[in-house]
Order: sequence, then C-alpha cells, then structure tokens
Amino acid sequence: MTKMTYREAVRAAMRKALRDDPRVFLMGEDVGRYGGAFAVSLGLLGEFGPERIRDAPLSESAFVGAGIGAALGGMRPIVEIMTVNFSMLAMDQILNNAAALRHMSGGQLGVPLVVRVATGGGRQMAAQHSNSLECWYAHIPGIKVLTPATVVDAYGMLLAALREPDPVFIFEHATLYPMEGEIEETVKAFDISRAAVMQPGKDITLITYGGTLGKTMQAAGRLAGDGIEAEVIDLRTLRPLDTQTILNSVTKTHRAVVIDEAWRTGSFAAEISAQIMENAFDDLDAPVARVCSAETPMPYAKHLEEAALPQVDQIVGAAREMVPRHG
Amino acid sequence: MTTPAISGRPVVDREHSLFLLREMLRIRRFEEKAAEMYSLQKIHGFLHLYIGEEATGVGAMQAFTPDDAIVATYREHGHALARGMPAKVLMAEMFGKATGCSHGHGGSMHFFDVSRRFYGGYAIVGGGLPVAVGLALADKLQNRPSITACYFGDGAVAEGEFHESLNLAALWKLPVVFLCENNLYAMGTALERHQAQTDISRKADSYDLSSSAVDGMDILAVEAAAKQAADFVRSGNGPFLLELRTYRFRAHSMADPDLYRTKQEIEQWRKRDPIVLFESKLRESGLLTDSDIARIESEISAEIDEAVQFAEASPREPVEDLLKDVQGQAAP
Repeated sequence: MTKMTYREAVRAAMRKALRDDPRVFLMGEDVGRYGGAFAVSLGLLGEFGPERIRDAPLSESAFVGAGIGAALGGMRPIVEIMTVNFSMLAMDQILNNAAALRHMSGGQLGVPLVVRVATGGGRQMAAQHSNSLECWYAHIPGIKVLTPATVVDAYGMLLAALREPDPVFIFEHATLYPMEGEIEETVKAFDISRAAVMQPGKDITLITYGGTLGKTMQAAGRLAGDGIEAEVIDLRTLRPLDTQTILNSVTKTHRAVVIDEAWRTGSFAAEISAQIMENAFDDLDAPVARVCSAETPMPYAKHLEEAALPQVDQIVGAAREMVPRHG
Repeated sequence: MTTPAISGRPVVDREHSLFLLREMLRIRRFEEKAAEMYSLQKIHGFLHLYIGEEATGVGAMQAFTPDDAIVATYREHGHALARGMPAKVLMAEMFGKATGCSHGHGGSMHFFDVSRRFYGGYAIVGGGLPVAVGLALADKLQNRPSITACYFGDGAVAEGEFHESLNLAALWKLPVVFLCENNLYAMGTALERHQAQTDISRKADSYDLSSSAVDGMDILAVEAAAKQAADFVRSGNGPFLLELRTYRFRAHSMADPDLYRTKQEIEQWRKRDPIVLFESKLRESGLLTDSDIARIESEISAEIDEAVQFAEASPREPVEDLLKDVQGQAAP
C-alpha cells in the first residue's frame, strides 16, 4: 500500500500510461512547463518531453478537436481541460464530433480519446470556475462519463478509460486533489461499469458521486449517531449508469436521497430519481429527495458559496425527514 | 466576369486530362441524378450540391496519395467521388440504406470511408478543421510521411475553429493543407457581408502560415497549386492555406430559394463552368473528340444508373441495429 493524494494518483496513472504505451500523450493548457493548473502533471514534461506533454494555446475547441483527430489517427490522447466551464468552448467538438463519429460513420470510426476535466465549487472561484456540469455530458450517447471520488478511482479509472474504444470524460472535483488515500501498487484493470456501495445500511440510501461523496459519508456518520443506518452509494460512472446497484439498495432501504452538486433543475439527481421511480416505485416508502446546489450562479463570498452548495446539514436533514421515529 | 478564358497552361498529357474531365463530369452527373432523386423523394433531409465547384475538389485531390488523410464538409459528394468512393455506396447512403457507406446513419452530409482515409463529412461549419489538425498531429507523432487535406468553405473562415486550427497547425508545424473553397457565399450571406478582409489567403499572415490563391474554375491551375502546396507541406515546412476561388451554380441546398443573388450573377459565373472551360481547352488542343465525350458520358451514365438501382434494391438497416454503432467494444 502506498499513501498518496488524489492529484498524485492521477499523475501516477498518467505516468504509467505514458511509460507503457507510446501512443499516449497529454495535451492541454499549461500541462507542461507550468505543471498543470492544479499541478497534476507536475514533473511529467521533464520525464517525457514536449512532444508527449504538449502545452496547447487557449484554443479549447482546436485542441479537443486535435485530440479527436489524433485518436482517429491511431494515438491515445489524454486532453486536460482546466475547468468544466472552459469545456463549453469545446462543446462543438465533443457533441458533434467525438460522440457522434462512430455512429455517423456507420461504425467505421472510433475516437479513443480521454478528456480530463476539473470540476466543481467550494474554492471561492465564483461563477465562471465552479460549476458541476457532468450531467450535461452524461446526457450524450456515445461518450462515457467517469467521476472518480477516491484516490484509488483517480488512479484506476484513468487507466481503464485509456482502454476504452470511445471518448471518455473524467471529471475530477478540484477540492479532491489534496485528499490523501492509500492505493495498492498492483492495481491493474479496473471496472468502470459498476457503482460502489461505500457503506452498507438498511434504513435509507444516500446516492452521490464525485465531490459530494465526502460530505455524504460525514452525513452518514451523523445519521448513525441517531440510530439511522444509511447505505452510501458512489455512482463512480454516470454514463453508462449502473442502475442495478441503486435499485438493489433502494428495494432494501425503501428510501433514497440523491446528493448532487449540480443545480437541481435538470440535474443528474433528477435522472436518478426518475430511474428509481420507474423501476422501484412500489418499493418506496417516501418520495425520493434531492440535495443539490441552489439555483444561482456561484457566488464568490465564502458564506454565500457555502449556502449555494450541498452541505452535510442538508443531507442529514433530508434523511431524518424521511426515516420515521428517528428521535 | 469579363475573362472567361482559363490559364494558358499547356495541356500535354491526354490520358490524365481525360481522367480529370471524366472525374468532374462524374460528379456533375451524380449530383444531377441526386437532385432528381430528391425531387422523387428518394433522398431526404439536406442535399447540398457541389455543381460549379468540381474543379476544386478534383483538381486538389490529385495532390494527395492514398496514405494521406482527407477531411471534408457537408457538401462532400465531390470529394468522396474524387477520393475514389464508388457512386453506389454514396447513392445508397443518401437513400438511407444499409449498403450506404455509413449504413444510412449519415446521409448526404456524412460520407466516410476509413479504408480510403476519407474522414468525412462534417456538417458544423469549421468543425472539420481541428480534426484535420489532429490527424496531422498523429502522423507527425508516429513519424509517418502522410499529410492531411482539409476542405472547407468561405463560411468557415468566420468561425473561431478556423483561426484556432490555423494557429495550432502553424505553431506545431503540422502537415496540413487547408483548402478553402471560396464560393463567395456562406449559405446566403455574401463574402463581403461576412468578412472584413475578403482576401481569405491573406488571413494566413496572422499565423505566419504560407498561402496562395488560385482560380478555382481552372482545373489545371488548381491541380498545380495544390501540388505545390502539398509538396511544401510534405517537405516539413508546416501547414499551407490554399484558397480556391470558385462559385456554386445551384442553391445552397435543395431547401434554398436562392433569393440573395441575381440570376445575372449566376449566368456570368456559368460562363466559367469549369467543365465547359476544360472541355473547350482540350478540344482546342486537339486532345478531345466527340467520340471521347460520348464514351465518357455513356460510362458515367451507366455507373450512375447502376448506383440508383443498387440504392433502390438495397435493404434498410434493421431497426434492431439502431444502437449498434453508438459505442464500440472495449479492448480485452
């Protein structure tokens, strides 16, 4: 077992991929000399050189599109987009090309492209650097959407993504980068098709992904103090969604709260809620609840940002309301 | 247009000249048939005809080898045919049949043929340019001698992706020949109504990119300019922007009533029809006879009739396969 941060785990996975496969290269804004805006690629330029650790101009559409073209041409590019807000500038390439090419060409073309995107709020970065738009991507058939929430997943899901024949988007919640964890050095192939039950429980299911897993685990701890046994599910992958793990849990607990840092309207939490309603309606003892971000552009001031984001108190409150006789 | 002549470039090679003429005619007749099939409601959706622009597609394509990559637009029937794709798989694609090049998933705007390194078929204006840059990057990183040809129109020049892609290709000295088919209209908006600088080749200066412009109605001039551009790129000098000045005789698409330009303007340009010009030149040079033309027309007619019959007789993709090509299979 090795102790490392989430940031170091992503770097270690990239280093392994770069060493193992000459087709792999990293491309993005400030990934080389600067070392990555979040220092994820720090040191890789020295080890692999500027051809493979490729600083790109501020041209998100061109370098994501170039990643698509390079993938078509036989490479295995990893493209880093500094924040999910910047990824909007590449949306044409992502939706119209990356996701569509295989189908549009009658199966002739595949785009084995991995795009890493920093996402989420909580760092007082205000309205243009703090959003959680994973659900927009999860809406699109033709791509896969991964949201590693642990150090182990930060490492293993990236390596698994590089084995996929189609575009994979990995959303790294920026507050997770300094988080420490332990990983086994022998981690090899990694299953990205299943959600994970992070903590078993019988009274209520708390479903989340990415940056809100930590808050959800804290909430589950507080609920345990009240005698409420919460089962916590980390979705890990938003598309394709492992609906079965969710349903297995809800048919046992009969209650679910979905915690999602996106805005409530049209959120991925809404999709989870619909899946439960469609497939386990008769098993529910209460309507599915959602804890999401407030419907506002992200404010800068700390107290306002905290009020806008899902917090442990809200998760605990929502769960308590649903479980009878919690005291 | 006051000068309907084409360049004084001497025509020497009869076989090659007849090939060029034949390729242009093949596109012209294919598209006339496609328009007819659209009227008969055999073809649906958008149908963007290339008629008038055949010399740019055919002429420039001569500069590329089978190992080079080709990226085109939604007006790509001509590029696909010039790249060697059989007329029948294109017609079947437009008929929405399983035997179409894209199994009926793409239609007129999305022709692909990976075996010919024909990477399609992009219907978001400017959207193919970053992909072309990436294909060239892959060639460079893998030390392959191939280059990438990227066709697009004057409308794409207004898109950010044009500027981002030219800069990136120039910055990284990537082997791309950018081929701007300037037909003077971005759908219905004339060049001078969408560009402050209407000399498109000059836009290359901002990116320290080499460029030139050529009469796109003169197939020999196009071929020579494209070969020069491709040689430049092949020699490792980085990308090149070649502006091909042409004109579309038909409306933007079958849905376009063509209200934004005058009949006189179209008639003036028709006097410079690239096929008519080249045919006259060949006749003047004594390289083309009536029987040559009759033979070429009859061969093309047979190919296109066969294409229609093939498309008509082909099965549709089964609905059970609707989701088949959305995701591929992961490596074991």
